Amino acid sequence: MIYTILTIIIALFIIVIVAKPFGHYLAIVFDYETVSFKKTIYPVERIIYRLSGIKQNTQTWKQYALAFILTNGFMMILIYLIFRLQDILPFNPNNLKALEPTLAYHTAVSFITNTNQQHYSGENNLSYFSQMAGVIFAMFAAPASALSISFAFMRGLSGKAFGNFFVDFVRAITRVLLPIAFIMGFVFVFLGAPETLGPSVIAHTIEGAKQEIARGPIGAFLSIKELGNNGGGFFGANSAHPFENPNGISNFIQIILMFLLPTSLPFTYGKIIGKKKQGKTLFIAMLMMFLIILGITLVSEYQGNPDINSLLSQNTHGSMEGKEVRIGIGQSAFYSVVTSATETGAVNNMHDTLTPIGGMMVLCNLLLNTVFGGVGAGFINIMMYAIIAVFLSGLMVGRTPEFLGKKIEGKEMKLIAVTLLMQPFLILVFSAIALWFPMGYHSISNEGYHGISQIIYEYTSAAANNGSGFEGLKDQTPFWNITTSIVMYLGRYFSLITMLAVAGSLSTKKLVPESSGTFQTDTAIFGMILLGTIFIVGALTFFPTLVLGPVAEYLTL
Amino acid sequence: MNTKQRNNRFSKKGHPNKSMLKHAFKESFLKLDPRNMIKNPIIFLVEIGFFITFILAIFPDAFGNSNVEYWFNIDVSCILLLTVLFANFAEAIAEGRGKAQADSLKKSKIETMANLIKGLGQIDIVPSTKLKKGDVVLVSQGEIIPGDGEVIEGLASIDESAITGESAPVIKEAGGDFNSVTGGTRVVSDQIKVRISNNPGESFIDQMISLVEGAKRQKTPNEIALNTVLISLTLIFLLVVVTLPFFTNYLGFQLEIPVLISLLVCLIPTTIGGLLSAIGIAGMDRVTQFNVLAMSGKAVEAAGDINTIILDKTGTITYGNRMASSFTPLMEMPKEEFLNWVSLSSLKDETPEGRSVLQLIGQLGGTIDEKDLENAKIFEFKAETRMSGVDLQSGRKIRKGAVDAVKEWVLEQNGTIPANLDSETMVISKEGGTPLALAVDHQIIGLIYLKDTVKPGMKERFEQLRQMGIKTVMCTGDNPLTAATIAREAGVDEFIAECKPEDKIRVIRYEQGQGKLVAMTGDGTNDAPALAQADVGLAMNSGTSSAKEAANMVDLDSNPTKLIEVVAIGKQLLMTRGSLTTFSIANDVAKYFAIIPAMFMEAIPKIKILNLMHLYSPISAILSALIFNAIIIPLLIPLAMKGVTYKPLNSNSLLKRNLLIYGLGGVIVPFIGIKVIDLIVSLFI
Repeated sequence: MIYTILTIIIALFIIVIVAKPFGHYLAIVFDYETVSFKKTIYPVERIIYRLSGIKQNTQTWKQYALAFILTNGFMMILIYLIFRLQDILPFNPNNLKALEPTLAYHTAVSFITNTNQQHYSGENNLSYFSQMAGVIFAMFAAPASALSISFAFMRGLSGKAFGNFFVDFVRAITRVLLPIAFIMGFVFVFLGAPETLGPSVIAHTIEGAKQEIARGPIGAFLSIKELGNNGGGFFGANSAHPFENPNGISNFIQIILMFLLPTSLPFTYGKIIGKKKQGKTLFIAMLMMFLIILGITLVSEYQGNPDINSLLSQNTHGSMEGKEVRIGIGQSAFYSVVTSATETGAVNNMHDTLTPIGGMMVLCNLLLNTVFGGVGAGFINIMMYAIIAVFLSGLMVGRTPEFLGKKIEGKEMKLIAVTLLMQPFLILVFSAIALWFPMGYHSISNEGYHGISQIIYEYTSAAANNGSGFEGLKDQTPFWNITTSIVMYLGRYFSLITMLAVAGSLSTKKLVPESSGTFQTDTAIFGMILLGTIFIVGALTFFPTLVLGPVAEYLTL
Repeated sequence: MNTKQRNNRFSKKGHPNKSMLKHAFKESFLKLDPRNMIKNPIIFLVEIGFFITFILAIFPDAFGNSNVEYWFNIDVSCILLLTVLFANFAEAIAEGRGKAQADSLKKSKIETMANLIKGLGQIDIVPSTKLKKGDVVLVSQGEIIPGDGEVIEGLASIDESAITGESAPVIKEAGGDFNSVTGGTRVVSDQIKVRISNNPGESFIDQMISLVEGAKRQKTPNEIALNTVLISLTLIFLLVVVTLPFFTNYLGFQLEIPVLISLLVCLIPTTIGGLLSAIGIAGMDRVTQFNVLAMSGKAVEAAGDINTIILDKTGTITYGNRMASSFTPLMEMPKEEFLNWVSLSSLKDETPEGRSVLQLIGQLGGTIDEKDLENAKIFEFKAETRMSGVDLQSGRKIRKGAVDAVKEWVLEQNGTIPANLDSETMVISKEGGTPLALAVDHQIIGLIYLKDTVKPGMKERFEQLRQMGIKTVMCTGDNPLTAATIAREAGVDEFIAECKPEDKIRVIRYEQGQGKLVAMTGDGTNDAPALAQADVGLAMNSGTSSAKEAANMVDLDSNPTKLIEVVAIGKQLLMTRGSLTTFSIANDVAKYFAIIPAMFMEAIPKIKILNLMHLYSPISAILSALIFNAIIIPLLIPLAMKGVTYKPLNSNSLLKRNLLIYGLGGVIVPFIGIKVIDLIVSLFI
């Protein structure tokens, strides 16, 4: 327990220390005005631009969005083909078959949308080529895309030109994702994660049984999985598997890597718009939400299940079901909250067997999608709530709402209104469909209130592009593959594009100079208004559903 | 000044009287027409809910098997109907107030006969409604001016009390800035020829009537944007409620339709949805009550956003007439004697300057003695001589006036000019004052320092404006020195000296180029382009018609200081809208905790732990939440009409205050309200 609290404090301390300088670093490396890495990375990038014919011209927000959609679409088709043809492609030492069409489609959508929802088990279904050319490739491309979009969004808000998607995309990989992932890959290998292209090892146990031990290029996989908030596991068991999370230090490093980009972006934003306090306010607001959710989860997990506690001689065990003994309750709960807050989706324990309240907290992180959130997408989502907060409360100072000196008017609010509508639409309507049709609810492994949690979690995870599962759900069916693919696709592209359009609309507006009459968006009061807006507009929408799922389960334990 | 404005004839209509209430009551039923209701989708959804529960009240099984008791359906449908009626009533009462103002305006629009001048001096008598733009009419003493227009010949004094409520007649004459006349006003003396400037139905009063009646009311940009968000929230809650039965169905229990409708109605923002248009209408109304006619709601909204106000110095910031502020003796003589001469010079001087001289003497402790003036010969101030004076019975001559004029007069009397006259004159001029010389016989005995005086309270108001982040710019024709002095005294942020009309446009464009919204007042024809360029242009009713056309607001009292009030009203309108929106949305927390446990309690008994308010029963909880949701609308109508309390503070203090009252209050009040209603409701169950 003390060890847990200590690691949490150290982890948060590191994040608070690192987020700001790293955020500023991001602002610098994506800046178009100054050339950074003149002697190192820049020449390499120029070769990439030349070879791929990137013109580096400035794009409008529409061109930028189109480049994003088309590039991602092309990549998705490519990955789909790899999964479908893996039996005839190289690096398939275990002679795995091709994925069936709906699963291949679901997996392709899942990885390119940064969701990494997995309806398959890596070691049984994917060849090394699929893991490397399909999965790892998408694990770089997806966060790089979202990071690019978030930079275009920030530039738009600050009134600068939107930049060029391809240049941003290349920079995201060459200057951020690849260098860190490269180094961290070695660290994970050093800590015990395998990195090999050899086939599974056959072990003969003492009893004489034959055991097949899967392995593969895990070190390289692991670092980008966490850094890019991807979360898809090389193995079905994800980071609960010893090869994918060998020890306490690797567990700790994974948490820091998940946190790194989402916590830095608010500071990047503050620097780009030239108002550092704005970024700090956002960071603190998100950190508060995080701490509340983490606190409740820890208490709930340490309390455990009263029915089981009463069976044990000591009731201080907490809930160990579905958790690795070597990781323990505290580290599992912390990991779960971080992976859900940052929309990573990696798991080191089974979320299905978290206590009802613990599970609900993790679910809340997904529903809110603003407690840091995934690379780029989470930041853009909290900006949406910030604009709503400004719009609803900004009038109270007696001026029409302004955000960063730009008037928020009908056009922006229309875009935000549909964006806001999209998430409850995806989660509630699809859950209702799944609960109505047998092919949906037959996948539930645990009837009753918990069944509702399983279904809600699956779609919320898809809509928020988190990817983790309440693993009880038997989701490898065409119904689940297709419906969750739709949810992931809309959950990803719809809101990113509409919010980019908001930035596009704001960027053309005249800047209203700040005065003492201006609504301040960098104060503690605004932080509170933002949290209130997220709570009332975002969270309360799901209150009835949560009551029927985890709350009812908790009350009827 | 302010009390006088408030006492004009509109303010009597400020509070709803009995007939207005009656009218609004009738209107709220007429507005139930779905074709009308669909314009307000939020309340329309409540009306649909009413229709459904109404059908259920008669045929309980109309939409499948139902276990609710029949009276529950009746109760819910009644409360829903009330909710819709309350929302309609809010709108109707706001419109009603406008109507009352329009009616009193219509009365002033008496149909008169006009003397239409045809070519060759022939005069036709036609009804005023037949007059077209460009027609020329002759209006004589005692007649009513048949329509808006410009005086093209003659000079007359006109009683404009029908429009402004001000009883003193004003002079209108051909040419210059005082040539515009308003239909419905009366010529008190003399005779004028007026060129009509509008076609029938387009006159100033017609426009005013249609505006206050709300007939032409268009939603303002901010209202449209807010509506978008509210509709989006409504759709989200519609999704929540429509999908909910699928969840409960899976769990093996059914939710009753009236219960689902109740949940929906409680969650959608009915409070602000019901009051939104009333707030807008009431905001326009408050402007009209100040005797300012806004051409659109957009202009009022823009007033709240103003960053820079451009004000003319004379008449707005200062009184314009110059007041004596000190005396400079130029000759050795006792103080009493000097003051005596000064008072003699001004006792018969009726100009404001003369009055102020006597006032100053009083302040300096001098005595005023009228005895010496017996049989004196009085010379009134004349523009040609630029002096006034008195020839006493004793033969002594006193002259007071412009320094060079007095100087000339003294030289004519073979008098001497004090050596320090020029230097002292210079001192006064440099400080921005106007020197008057005072001569007795052949000697100039001293100077009177006349100063333009800042109206009391202006400094404080500019300070308030500064706190609100609004910059004030003063325009004056004075030289830079004088302008700087007044600017410092009044506490304006910037000033433009030797200001020409082009300078105003330049300043407006410059400020707008920086993204600021600019407000200004004006009355002359040469102000028109600047008035049009400004985001809020307030024209004086006494001004020319081109100025009024260019502006988006007209002040009927012609008081330029009112621009500051207009800004305050604009801000108050926006604050009211924001505060009630926040309140309405914050209410959802309590309503959730009332209805959700009630809905599920039967199927999942342990959920009663969420019944934080300890409401009596599921039925009473739902009804209480619904009743609260309904009656909060009429309870907030007075606030929507009056607007939230407005204080000129900076944004953070305003936000803190309003957030505490309407945000926190919005969370807490419904918890108390629903509990109280539940205590009452439980008595009947």
